Amino acid sequence: MIQVDNLHKKFGKNQVLSALDLKIEGGGIFAILGPNGSGKTTLIKSILGMVVPNKGSISVLDKPIKSGWKYRQEINYLPQIANFPGNLKVKELIAMIKDLRQKPSEENKLITLFGLEPFMDKKLSTLSGGTKQKVNLVLTFMFNSPLIILDEPTNGLDPATHIKLKNLIKEEKAKGKTLLITSHIMQFVEDVADEIVFLLEGKIYFKGSIEALKTKTEQTNFEHAIAAISSN
Amino acid sequence: MIKILKYSFYDLMRSRWSYVYFLFYLLLGFVLLFLNNDLSKAVITLMNVIIVLVPLIGTIFGVMYFYNSKEFTELLLAQPIKRSSIFIGQYLGVAGSLSMSLVLGLGIPFVMYGLFESNAIWDFSLLLITGAFLTLIFTALSFNIALSNENKIKGFGYAVLMWLFLAVIYDGLFLMSLIVFEQYPLDSFSLAATMFNPIDLSRTLILLKLDISALLGYTGAVFKQFFGTYIGVVISFVMLGFWTLLPILRLSFKAKRKDF
Repeated sequence: MIQVDNLHKKFGKNQVLSALDLKIEGGGIFAILGPNGSGKTTLIKSILGMVVPNKGSISVLDKPIKSGWKYRQEINYLPQIANFPGNLKVKELIAMIKDLRQKPSEENKLITLFGLEPFMDKKLSTLSGGTKQKVNLVLTFMFNSPLIILDEPTNGLDPATHIKLKNLIKEEKAKGKTLLITSHIMQFVEDVADEIVFLLEGKIYFKGSIEALKTKTEQTNFEHAIAAISSN
Repeated sequence: MIKILKYSFYDLMRSRWSYVYFLFYLLLGFVLLFLNNDLSKAVITLMNVIIVLVPLIGTIFGVMYFYNSKEFTELLLAQPIKRSSIFIGQYLGVAGSLSMSLVLGLGIPFVMYGLFESNAIWDFSLLLITGAFLTLIFTALSFNIALSNENKIKGFGYAVLMWLFLAVIYDGLFLMSLIVFEQYPLDSFSLAATMFNPIDLSRTLILLKLDISALLGYTGAVFKQFFGTYIGVVISFVMLGFWTLLPILRLSFKAKRKDF
């Protein structure tokens, strides 16, 4: 599904990713974890082609992505910060993204799920952070794509929506899709993730199941296991 | 690209500033015609306004739009769209709506005054075409500046400085060098110096067409003597074309290599 070889990325003097290799086979939920500034978002943005690597190669769906853009048709991406053009209405934004992607979409189901009907005619600049994140989720999940990338999906969500999101993620997994998720909420990761990819100082420090991580760090609690692996 | 252009264009058409710009030109057109009471004279006054003001508006609008649409750009970057299409589409949206405000804002009063029955129609059309070119050029230059500067204040500062340099300082330096080196033959120097500034180039182009020798100045005279009116006009247009094309090429080149 995704193959990353020898990836290097520097921002100015700050080496964010150094010689990172990662192979993700299709199907399942992969949590990309790591301390702040470990390169999670940079890795995701490299896969999306938003960040241009200094060295190394990335393949998505068995095709190298270098200077390509059509492969993004197969990816649904939820950005970390829900930044939208403020002068658009919610329904205009959804219509615009549909027009740009030219793919069948099921936004109505998601709008009902997240209770966004009263906001459809409101401008995005007037929405609260949590509501914007809901719009963000609708835009991400409304298309049927084999690869879904979620960068901090739980940001600003209330508990009820949190549960709906978890169910949604599990539904997508049941359809045989691949999901990459970053999050700092360990409870959430433990609930949904099949496999952990732990980044530290620009490299993959650990890759495997939650059980394997607990055994390796000799911890019974997942959160403690993650804390232990970061401090070692 | 067409879709991005469409969305940028609609976005601008809904913003207040496009109308302010349009109304400003509408008012300017009416006032000039009212004061001059003569089409040809109004065209000359208008030239002086257009040559300075159009680049300024193009620069400021371009930088402002680029920084303001950061969210829109980031949203688009994750979609299956080519990078250069995103930026060129936005650029054409801005430059297109500005040019439209200019052409309509000035066109309406002049047409109402009876432009089509007058022989100033070609001079006037040339003025509008040059104005559109200047909009395209300065919007492209300001997009380049904004793309290369993450810091908004810096980007804004550089863009205004660029305008100040090309609109005011350049002429001063040019004039001073003509005085300092007056013992030397300066024909080719002044020709080249004119080519390297789109504002000077536009002024020369319009004056050549209007054929007012008193206003031509040194460069214009050299231009006319060197190329004649017809070839002079063609060469000016080709140079304006280059001035438009080169920043657009740099924009698409730089956009491909930037991290977001």
